[in-house]
Amino acid sequence: MSVASPVNPALTLQNKRWNGLRHVLEREGLFCKDNFTPSPDNLEFLQTSSKVLIIGAGGLGCELLKDLALMGFGDLHVIDMDTIELSNLNRQFLFRRSDIGQSKAECAARFINNRVPSCKVTPHFAKIQDFDESFYQQFHIIVCGLDSIVARRWINGMLLSMLRYEDDSVDPDSIIPMIDGGTEGFKGNARVIIPGFTACIECTLNLFPPQVNYPLCTIANTPRLPEHCIEYVKLIQWDKENPFSVPLDGDDPQHIGWIYERAQERANQFNINGITYRLVQGVIKHIIPAVASTNAVIAAACAMEVFKLATSCYDGMSNYLNFNDLDGIYTYTYEAEKSDSCLACSKTPQLLNIEDANTTTLEDVIKQLCEMPRFQLKSPALTTVMADGKQRTLYMANVASIEQATRKNLTQSLGELGLQDGQQLTITDATTPTALTLQLKYQTNEIEMS
Amino acid sequence: MSSPAPAPKSPELSDKSKKYDRQIRLWGEHGQTLLEAATICLVNVTAVGCETAKGLVLPGIGGFTVTDGSSVKEEDLGNKYVDNLLTVKAAVLERNCYSFFLDASYLGKSKALACMQLLQELNPDVNGDYVDESVDYILSNRPNFFESFDLVIASNLNERSLLQLANRLWESNVPLVYCRSLGMLGSIRLQLKEHCIVEAHPDNRQFDLRLEHPFDALREHLESTEVTSKVPWLLVLYKYLKLWQKEQGDGKQAPSTYKEKTTLRELIRAAMQTDEENYEEAIKAVNTAFGAGMVPKALKAIFEDDACEQLHKKSDAFWIMTKALKHFVVEENKGYLPLPGVLPDMTANTDAYITLQQIYRQQALQDADQVYHKCQEYLKQMSLPADSIDERTVRLFCRESAGLAVLRGTRIADEYEKSCRLQPLVEDNELQDPLTAYNFALRAYERFLSECGSIPGECAVEQDIGRLKSIASKMLTDLGLQASISDDVLHEICRYGGAELHAVSAFIGGCAAQEVIKIITTQYKPIDNTFIYNAISTESVTLKL
Repeated sequence: MSVASPVNPALTLQNKRWNGLRHVLEREGLFCKDNFTPSPDNLEFLQTSSKVLIIGAGGLGCELLKDLALMGFGDLHVIDMDTIELSNLNRQFLFRRSDIGQSKAECAARFINNRVPSCKVTPHFAKIQDFDESFYQQFHIIVCGLDSIVARRWINGMLLSMLRYEDDSVDPDSIIPMIDGGTEGFKGNARVIIPGFTACIECTLNLFPPQVNYPLCTIANTPRLPEHCIEYVKLIQWDKENPFSVPLDGDDPQHIGWIYERAQERANQFNINGITYRLVQGVIKHIIPAVASTNAVIAAACAMEVFKLATSCYDGMSNYLNFNDLDGIYTYTYEAEKSDSCLACSKTPQLLNIEDANTTTLEDVIKQLCEMPRFQLKSPALTTVMADGKQRTLYMANVASIEQATRKNLTQSLGELGLQDGQQLTITDATTPTALTLQLKYQTNEIEMS
Repeated sequence: MSSPAPAPKSPELSDKSKKYDRQIRLWGEHGQTLLEAATICLVNVTAVGCETAKGLVLPGIGGFTVTDGSSVKEEDLGNKYVDNLLTVKAAVLERNCYSFFLDASYLGKSKALACMQLLQELNPDVNGDYVDESVDYILSNRPNFFESFDLVIASNLNERSLLQLANRLWESNVPLVYCRSLGMLGSIRLQLKEHCIVEAHPDNRQFDLRLEHPFDALREHLESTEVTSKVPWLLVLYKYLKLWQKEQGDGKQAPSTYKEKTTLRELIRAAMQTDEENYEEAIKAVNTAFGAGMVPKALKAIFEDDACEQLHKKSDAFWIMTKALKHFVVEENKGYLPLPGVLPDMTANTDAYITLQQIYRQQALQDADQVYHKCQEYLKQMSLPADSIDERTVRLFCRESAGLAVLRGTRIADEYEKSCRLQPLVEDNELQDPLTAYNFALRAYERFLSECGSIPGECAVEQDIGRLKSIASKMLTDLGLQASISDDVLHEICRYGGAELHAVSAFIGGCAAQEVIKIITTQYKPIDNTFIYNAISTESVTLKL
């Protein structure tokens, strides 16, 4: 090459960058997927046509953005409603100390756009609930790096609601695959969900670890653990003394300091050891331990599945990977099964069994909906159409005036409310973007009408 | 001159402690301190190497040094076919030029410098350094260079350089983590001589309660306390265990078979008045409450280890404590381990629970104290300073004694000379497990780099498959193995043409970083000794090679 014909070195380097990907995408392989066609079009598709949404720009999200940008993807979007905190910096490697307080999505996008010229990242400093079908429709694949189960369930519900059926079969164009990653300490999982075809988030709700809840009577009367003392201060003492005349904020060091001192006092009173500032913070904020390494591993596994789906070069993982590196490095891949009784993706109406409609109150039903492993709703609102064809709101907690008007229903039995065997309840909840329908199924059919 | 009294320590965490909060919850302040005191060396700037280093810089490793002899140059990237080792090196590196930690603005600069600066940017609390020399150059000119590091991470070496580096590090007793990332395949080979683990953090820890052979203070308490609905289940279980022992009448201390456990459960259930929670919990606990406190098999082997038997002035504190532990168990505690003193939560009123907890804690302190004094005795005998082992360390050691582990590694070079570990994996004259075959093929790939001076499959796929096949066959024959590797596997290796895919490198890098953290903090068990990952099938396996 002569000096007279200058070449943009960055451009040449960038072309060379993809040499590795080219080999994989442009050569025949014995282990490739059956319908894989080796061609330069594959890389071309990644760079110019494919569009992938990453939900969450935290521990997994930062890694996912980098991984996908370096696997050749050219058009990425990222949603995150959070801002950067000091405790993120041990793993969320796209952020620096000077970024604290800024939007994660915007900061992460800026970083990738500067470092990887072949990739354009569009940030959305927003909640997933701020967008509707028309937004999610534009993506080929959605990857989730979330720490919230509710958010996972919501986007899962959204993608299921977007399926279009013709006769009884799904229109393939309406399917947006979802890759979901999750980590906790040295453990993690990655899964591939083809909405309508493979197990969805709701099919396997029982895979999420149950939340630790201490019984209120233990907290109030017979504390034994430091956690019991902290919960006491949080649940009882804070409201009673209202030290700063504002609701408790886990991010306010003054608040945590106050709880630490009161919890220490209570622990001393009961001879309980082990209150530390870190423990207080952990209990108040439900902190999940996290390290850079597990996030890197799980994000990489997710990114590889996005790559396989987008290029068809290899069969996608079927469909659930468990990872754990406490003792050596352990991985286990298996096929999570689609559940026929899944509230979200089964096409048959789901039944809600009622032992005795005369003794089961509406409050009992709501409790069931929150506590049963297959439902795990947060704060369900219930409406129904009565025998006379009138729409009736049975209970709704989130709107104060309606809550007040419907509160009296809670203590009434289903019989007293005039609900019949086979009647359908329409339920809305934070865990799903669409309404759920459950059909009442009475075990005993004798209803004493009041 | 007297200094002013220190200000009362604020309970709020320090800035650094806040930054590392999410990981300190896993390996503790003591683990973090070890991490911050460690320095590592990264040999060769590749995506997998950088990802590994990233996983150590972010959590705050003390320092790192990047060594790489090449610069980010266009010419380097073009040179592929010259049959001399120096340019081969450039060619080998070419495939890796694209890491997240290199970009176009670094063209012309030292690759080691560029990588160091971009890694350093991730965490200003870490000390970065670089040496712009190749590993071959360093080994022949400054052979002691690597001895100052706590651990070395390497990748993308040809066979000759790999063996030279590995042998050197084995002699200097510096652990080596060697990472491979090629196409859809990755592996980690860990080479270290000896590694002692105190805190293994098992997933399901069994509580050591000693119900079947209670220590004096516990027996006294159990036998003098009335069993009501307000006491912890442990007291309920003890009461009916006694009854069970009496009815059984065969001297058996605790139920072990399903039938025996059922009998005990039924005894407890029969005595229930209403549905007392502590009785319910006692019934549930029948399955897990017994059997702890004995010396597990792994620990028995550690007790018999030469390193434990023959203490000397240079013995690691681990072995001094182990010998003291052995003395305590065998001579002073009737064969039982020191009591960990940790109780599960049990429904009970506060006083009943706390009293019980105090009894366990007190005994644990006493046991640890005896072990501590034995340690001091040994230190004195060997004229070592008394403060080389402190009480806190011994308490932790005693609490974890049931899970102590020692890992003894093998040399990487042995894999090329001894076939004993590979032999069981051969069946029908073929390396059976596909992951094992892939790993062996990756080794053949490295010999290809040494011998042929080019990257298998980079240009002539068909031709290179043949050459790789004969190299692999020769390697197997040299090992005395009557076996071959499937052609499909070699074809797949050549198809990659040296491609390093970022998602595979990030997976392997994440895993490798965690293994390094395990070694440095001496917590959690590392792999022993080869981890192989296949991203095509999302499968992995760990082999001891």
